[in-house]
Amino acid sequence: MKSKSVVYGKRIFYIVGLLVFMAIIVFPFYWQVITSIKDPADITKMPTELWPSRFSLDLYKSVFVNHHLQVYLLNSIIVAVGAMLLTVVVAFPAAYAFVRFKFKFKKFWQNIILLANMFPLIAIVTPMFIIFRQLHLLNTYLGLILPSVILTLPMAIWTLIAFIKTLPFELEEAAKIDGARRRDVILKVVLPLSFPGLFTTAIIAFISAWNEFMFALVLVTKDEMRTVPIAISMFPGEYSVPWGDMSAASIVATIPIIIVVLICQKRIISGLTSGAIKG
Amino acid sequence: MTKTIKENLIGYLSIAPAILLIGGVGIIPILITFTYSFQYRVLTDPLNIHYVGLDNYIKLLTDPSFWEVFKNTAVFAILSMTVELFVGLTAALFMNSAKRYVGIIRTIILIPWAIPGIIIAYMFSFMFNDQLSVINVILEGLGLIDNPITFLANKHWAMFVVVVADTWKQFPYIALMLLAGLQTIPKELYESASVDGAGTIQQFFKITLPNLKGIILIVLLFRTMGAIRIFDIIYGITGGGPANSTATLLYKAYKYIFGDMNFGLGSAMSTIITLLIMILSFVYIRTLKTED
Repeated sequence: MKSKSVVYGKRIFYIVGLLVFMAIIVFPFYWQVITSIKDPADITKMPTELWPSRFSLDLYKSVFVNHHLQVYLLNSIIVAVGAMLLTVVVAFPAAYAFVRFKFKFKKFWQNIILLANMFPLIAIVTPMFIIFRQLHLLNTYLGLILPSVILTLPMAIWTLIAFIKTLPFELEEAAKIDGARRRDVILKVVLPLSFPGLFTTAIIAFISAWNEFMFALVLVTKDEMRTVPIAISMFPGEYSVPWGDMSAASIVATIPIIIVVLICQKRIISGLTSGAIKG
Repeated sequence: MTKTIKENLIGYLSIAPAILLIGGVGIIPILITFTYSFQYRVLTDPLNIHYVGLDNYIKLLTDPSFWEVFKNTAVFAILSMTVELFVGLTAALFMNSAKRYVGIIRTIILIPWAIPGIIIAYMFSFMFNDQLSVINVILEGLGLIDNPITFLANKHWAMFVVVVADTWKQFPYIALMLLAGLQTIPKELYESASVDGAGTIQQFFKITLPNLKGIILIVLLFRTMGAIRIFDIIYGITGGGPANSTATLLYKAYKYIFGDMNFGLGSAMSTIITLLIMILSFVYIRTLKTED
């Protein structure tokens, strides 16, 4: 009898815990979505309606018609995809070399890359602003992609190192014995096997480039080159904040990321935790 | 002989793009910032750039507002890490013991981690807004308060909101790291402990916590760096206010550089932040090594 009530007690505790937990995570999203589908006139109504009395998609229209969110979305996509591709293309050979090749000062260069992960961006952004201005890289896609790659590259290389270490070296040796050249072994054996690792790295690089704020804020001065996060941060005027427009724009900017997370959650989690578990 | 040369060459060629990028876009700018920190360099006064020795550092360190901002950074770092670790550990233990829906929970908590910090900042800024706060409506509805709280006009509440928003964004990462750690702890340890009559709480302190020590240290290292480098959350929620009470070292450096256009003073502040991060990561890495 007693054990049964303990089981029920545990189950109730579990369900209550789950609900509280979910409420805390979900409420900010709920509020954002609800605000974005309210009638614009009801947003400043007091007291705030927890459930809208009338629905409207006017705010979404306003975000695209008045604020041209589509322009910024396109910028964000170009920058995030560019940063993602550049990260993967640069990280893969480096990670492979660190695992399989023997060369001098290998440990030193690995540590330099790890160190780069620690840099505070504020100590990079000032000279970068001056250099980019001279090189005419301000207000360009390349000027946004390069700093994003700095953010993602150390993590990408370390994730890939952890991944390549798990690949069976015997396969590569067997191919070599069969007379394949090193380049072919890498392209035809290692690269296909590394695909899951590359995919994980690519998603995390995409997300971090999509979210990047400080560089995109400082290195872009022309409105039409802004990325979505910066564009949204420019919505507030001097005297009023258009909370409704900002909610709708935030939802639009969040949806691509949510889709990526929903599709790739297993890979993202394995990427995030791989470094910690393997040391 | 030629073979080792070839091996070295291939190795270096493979890492060259990565090293050049990190060097060119990361390390060289940091060194330039270091030299700027000894200069009078104001963007609006471009013809008057000159070396001033340690003037910028002296000016910073003798300014009481520097120490105020330093204190804010420490308060934010300690508060946010404590709360995030506590919430993250609770969530991890919860997910580890849950039998159903773990996949869904993991997916949902990944979303706060994945969305832009500035958007999270505005979400919380709106929820705790002075006139339209939905949090006040809920608290009043539950009968917990009689009058609305002006969260962002009060310096203690403003810090509280910043910590809450940062926790909401960061705890998923901590929870997932700790969950991965929990899953590596052998089940037999718990089984033999419960045979010996150890209760749940005893098991937690004797088995779970010691086994998670390494990961907790890594998480603390990352989160300390994160707390020092926090920018978009503060930019979006408080802008450092009210009265500088939520301005961190990094936020102040940003203000000097891109608000006052004083690149020299801002670079000195940035260099201090870099040094602080280097010292802290050195301490953590030493601790981690001795743990091993």
